[in-house]
Amino acid sequence: MLAFYRRLYPFKSVFHWLNHGHTPTRLFTHRELAFTLKGDVYLRYNSFNTAEEMKKQVCTLNPTRFEIGPVYSARPRDKKTVRPAAFKPTLRELVFDIDMTDYDSIRTCCSDAAICSRCWTFIAIAVRVLDKALRSQFGYKHLLWVYSGRRGIHLWISDKEVMELTDDQRKAIVGWLTVIAGGKEMNKKVNVRLGSKPLPPSVQMALEPLAEAFTELILEDQDCFASKEGWETLLRLIPDKCESVTASLRRTWGKDPDRSSLEKWDDLKREVKGMEKGTFQRALMMATIEDIILQYTYPRLDAEVSKHRNHLLKAPFCIHPKTGRVCVPVDPNDIDRFDPEKVPTVTQLLGELDRAGEDVKPDEHHSDWEKTSLKPYIEMLDRHAAGLMEEVRQNIRNGTGMSVLRFQLSIDVTNALFELQI
Amino acid sequence: MFSARDRNAFSKKSNIPQVEKYSNLKYSHRLNFYDRPPIDDITIEDFETCALDRLRVLAEIESSFVRNRSWEELKSVALTQSEKYLPVHASTAIAVDRDAERKKDHVGHFVLRLAFCRSEELRRRFVKSEMALFRIRWDTDDRVEREEFLNSRDFDWIPVSESEIKEHAEELTAAAGGLKDFKIENEKFYKVKWTRVPDLVERRRVFLKGGMAYVPAREQSSLVFQEFQSNLEKALELTAKALPRLDEDTRIVPILDNLSQGFLAGVSSEWSTASSSESTGKITAEMIDDMARKHFPMCMRHLHECLRRDRHLKHHGRLQYGLFLKVLGLSIEEAITFWRRSFSQIQDDKFNKEYRYNIRHSYGLEGKRANYAAKSCVQILTGETPGPGDSHGCPYRHFSQENLSSALLATYSSQGLTQADLPEILHAVKSQHYHVACTRVFEITHARDGVYKGEGVGGGESVTHPNQYAARSRELEKARLETMKAESDGDIVMS
Ligand code: SF4
Ligand SMILES: [Zn+2]
Repeated sequence: MLAFYRRLYPFKSVFHWLNHGHTPTRLFTHRELAFTLKGDVYLRYNSFNTAEEMKKQVCTLNPTRFEIGPVYSARPRDKKTVRPAAFKPTLRELVFDIDMTDYDSIRTCCSDAAICSRCWTFIAIAVRVLDKALRSQFGYKHLLWVYSGRRGIHLWISDKEVMELTDDQRKAIVGWLTVIAGGKEMNKKVNVRLGSKPLPPSVQMALEPLAEAFTELILEDQDCFASKEGWETLLRLIPDKCESVTASLRRTWGKDPDRSSLEKWDDLKREVKGMEKGTFQRALMMATIEDIILQYTYPRLDAEVSKHRNHLLKAPFCIHPKTGRVCVPVDPNDIDRFDPEKVPTVTQLLGELDRAGEDVKPDEHHSDWEKTSLKPYIEMLDRHAAGLMEEVRQNIRNGTGMSVLRFQLSIDVTNALFELQI
Repeated sequence: MFSARDRNAFSKKSNIPQVEKYSNLKYSHRLNFYDRPPIDDITIEDFETCALDRLRVLAEIESSFVRNRSWEELKSVALTQSEKYLPVHASTAIAVDRDAERKKDHVGHFVLRLAFCRSEELRRRFVKSEMALFRIRWDTDDRVEREEFLNSRDFDWIPVSESEIKEHAEELTAAAGGLKDFKIENEKFYKVKWTRVPDLVERRRVFLKGGMAYVPAREQSSLVFQEFQSNLEKALELTAKALPRLDEDTRIVPILDNLSQGFLAGVSSEWSTASSSESTGKITAEMIDDMARKHFPMCMRHLHECLRRDRHLKHHGRLQYGLFLKVLGLSIEEAITFWRRSFSQIQDDKFNKEYRYNIRHSYGLEGKRANYAAKSCVQILTGETPGPGDSHGCPYRHFSQENLSSALLATYSSQGLTQADLPEILHAVKSQHYHVACTRVFEITHARDGVYKGEGVGGGESVTHPNQYAARSRELEKARLETMKAESDGDIVMS
C-alpha cells in the first residue's frame, strides 16, 4: 500500500480537482480529510496546505483508505482551537452514492457483496439517467463519476453553484431525483403521480430509455418474473381496483408457470389492451405499467449521503480494502462498456511498475503512474480538473469570483446595521 | 422604499381617492421584507418593548410547531396573540396609526435579528417563526394591497415568453399536475434559478431546464416565502459576523441576552425527558425486550424486531427508536449498553467510532448539547419516507396493507388482537387516519385492563406520540398489578 501512495496515487490531480486551481485556496486548505488506519483507527479533521504536505502525511500514516469532506469556515486541523460557531461546513461538492445492495430485491444473478457484469447494468442505467437529468435539468457541467471499488459508483459535482448549495437545497435535488421510496414493507415503491395523471416531466423523460432497459435487463437477462416469488411480486403492484387483471394472470401463470418473463409481461400488456377504452381502470393500468418499469429500473439513491454537506465520501483512487481495486473515474458516455472486473488492482499495478522498472531507466520528468494501466484514469481526472480550472479562470476574468462578491455583501450589511441608531 | 412609494402613488390600478387616503404613509405596505433597517432614532425603552412584544408572538408560533398544531390552529393562535401585542392593520384602516404599528413591527424585527443571529440554532428557529408570521400576514392581506406590495419590490422573476410556453406546454402541464382548473392557455409562468424554490423542486411541482425553474404564477406565494426566508437567513449570518462590534455597547448586550433566553424558555414539549417515567422505576437495557412486547406501539415494535433480527438499524431507525427509549426513561449508560449489545455483529472500535457519539449526542451530551425530544406521531408520519432497507416510520402508514395485517397479527395476537379486528383497523388506514388505527389497536390490546372502545389512551384521547402510548400502557399495567396485589392481600386477611 505504501508503494502505491508513494509512486502511484495522483495527489497532484486530486489537489487540482478539489482546489479548482493551481494555487492552494480555502477549497483545499480548509477541506476535511479523514483517514482510516489499520485496525479501524479513524482520524478525522485533517487538513493540508499543499498537495505535497498531504502526500507526506498519507505516506506516514499509510491509511487503508481516506475520505473527503466539506470545506469548513476554518482549517479542520484547528478545530479544537476555534469557537464551535466559527467551525461550520461551507462549501462542498454534491455527491451521490449508488450501491448494488439497494437492488438486492430485484437482481437474480448475484446477492450480497457479489457483483457481475450482468448486474452492473443496473448501475449503468442509473448513471445514464442521473447524468442526463443533472446536466439538462439542473444545468450542471462538472460531473465526476467514480467507481467505488466493489459494487457501486459515486458521483461528485463541482460546479460553483453546487459547491454553495445549502443542505435544504441538496435535500430538494434528492427529492426531485427520488422516485423509489418506501421501505422493505412497502410493495409499491413508486408514487410520483396523482391517480393516473401523467408522470412529472422529469420522470417521463427518464421513462423511455428505462423502458428499453426494462425489456433487456429485467425481462430477458435477469428474468425477474420467472419464479413464483418473482411474479407474485409483480402481481402485488397491480392496484386493487384492477383485481380482475391480477386474477386472470394468476390463473394463466399458475397453469403455465414456465412462461418466460418476456411472455408474462406480454400477457400483462395484452390484458390491458383488452380493457375497454376510456375506462378509469384502463388508464390506471397504463399508469401502473409505467410505474412498474420505474420500480424495476429507476436509479436507487442513498439519500443520506447527498443531503448533508458534512458527509464524508471515499476519495477517488483509493483502494477498496476487500477487492484491492482502485476507485477509478468512469466516463458516463462509456458506462455500458465499463467492466468492474477489469479495473486494475493494487497488486497488478505494482507488478506493472516492477516490470517497467526493469527496462526503463528512472526518469525524473515522468510520473511512475504513466507506466501503468492507471494512466488513462488519471488522465481522465486531469481533463476533468482542467475543465473546472478553466471555468474558474473565466469567472475571475468576468469578476464573478465567489470571494469578491461575499466581501462586498458583508460590508453593505455592516453599514446598514450601524444605521440603526439607538 | 422611495421608489416604492412613488410607484404606488402613480399606480394606474388603484383609484385616486384611495391613493390620497394613504399615500402619505411612511410605510406604504403592511407586509415588509425588512430589506433596510429602521433609520430613525429609537429610545432604549422602545428598543426593548418592540422586541419583547414581537417575541410574544413568535414564541407562541414556535410552541405551536412543537405541539404539532395544524396550520389553521397555528394561524388563529398567532393572530390572537398579534392582535394583543403586535397588530398591523391594512392600509385602509384609517382609524388607527398604521405608521406607528408598522414601525413597531419594523424595529422589533431588527432588534430580534440582533438577539437571534448569535447561534445557528437560534437563527434557524427565528427564521422559521418569522416565516410563519410573514405567511400569516400574507394570507390575511387584502388582495389589492398584496399586489401593490409585490409591485413595489423587484423580485427578479423572468416572465416566460408565450412561445416558450408553447414549446414546453406538455411538460408545464404535467408538472402542474395537482393545480386546480389548470389551463395552459390561461397561465403565466416565471423563470427563476431553481435554488430559489427548493420546496417546489423537492416536490417536483415545477418544470426544470438548465437550472431554471418554471413556476406557475399562482405558485407565486411559494416564491415570495422562499425569498423571504433566504433573505433573512443571509442577513442573519452577516449580522452575526458584524455583531462583535456591537458588543461594546453595554446597554444593549444584556437586553439581547435576555431576549434570546426568553425565546428558548418559551418552548415546551409535552413529551420531553422531563415527563419521562421516573416514578415507575429505573429502566435497564435487559428490560427492553419484555417492555417492547407489553407496551410499545407498532412503530417501535417493528424497530425492535428489526434490530433483533438484523442486529442493526439504519440511521433514521436508530434516531426514532433511540429518542423514544430515552424519553421512556433509559439512562445514557443503559442506552449505550442496550445498543452495544444489540449491534452484536459490530466490532467494539467501530461501535465506539460510529455510534457511541451519536447516542451521547441524542442525550445532549455532545455537540450543541440540545435536548432532543422524541418524535411525535405527526413527525414520524410526515418525516423521512423510509427507503429500501429502512425500518423507521409508522407501520400504519408505511407498510402495504397485507404486510401490515400480518405484522399486526404476529405482533399483537397474544394480546387479544384477532383477524376479525383487521377490517376496522385497515379502514382507518385507508382513509389515512393512521393514528386512529393505532389508537384502536391500543384499545384492543388493553381490553383486559378494562379499556373499552372509544376510550383511546384515556378520556377518549387518540395516540399522538409513541411515548404517550407506552406511558399509558405502563400506567394501566401498574394499576392492574396493584389491584391484583390488593386482592391477594385481601385473601390473606380473610383466610
Ligand atoms: S400512530 Fe404513532 S405511535 Fe402509532 S405506530 Fe404510528 S407513529 Fe407509532
Ligand atoms: Zn450479478
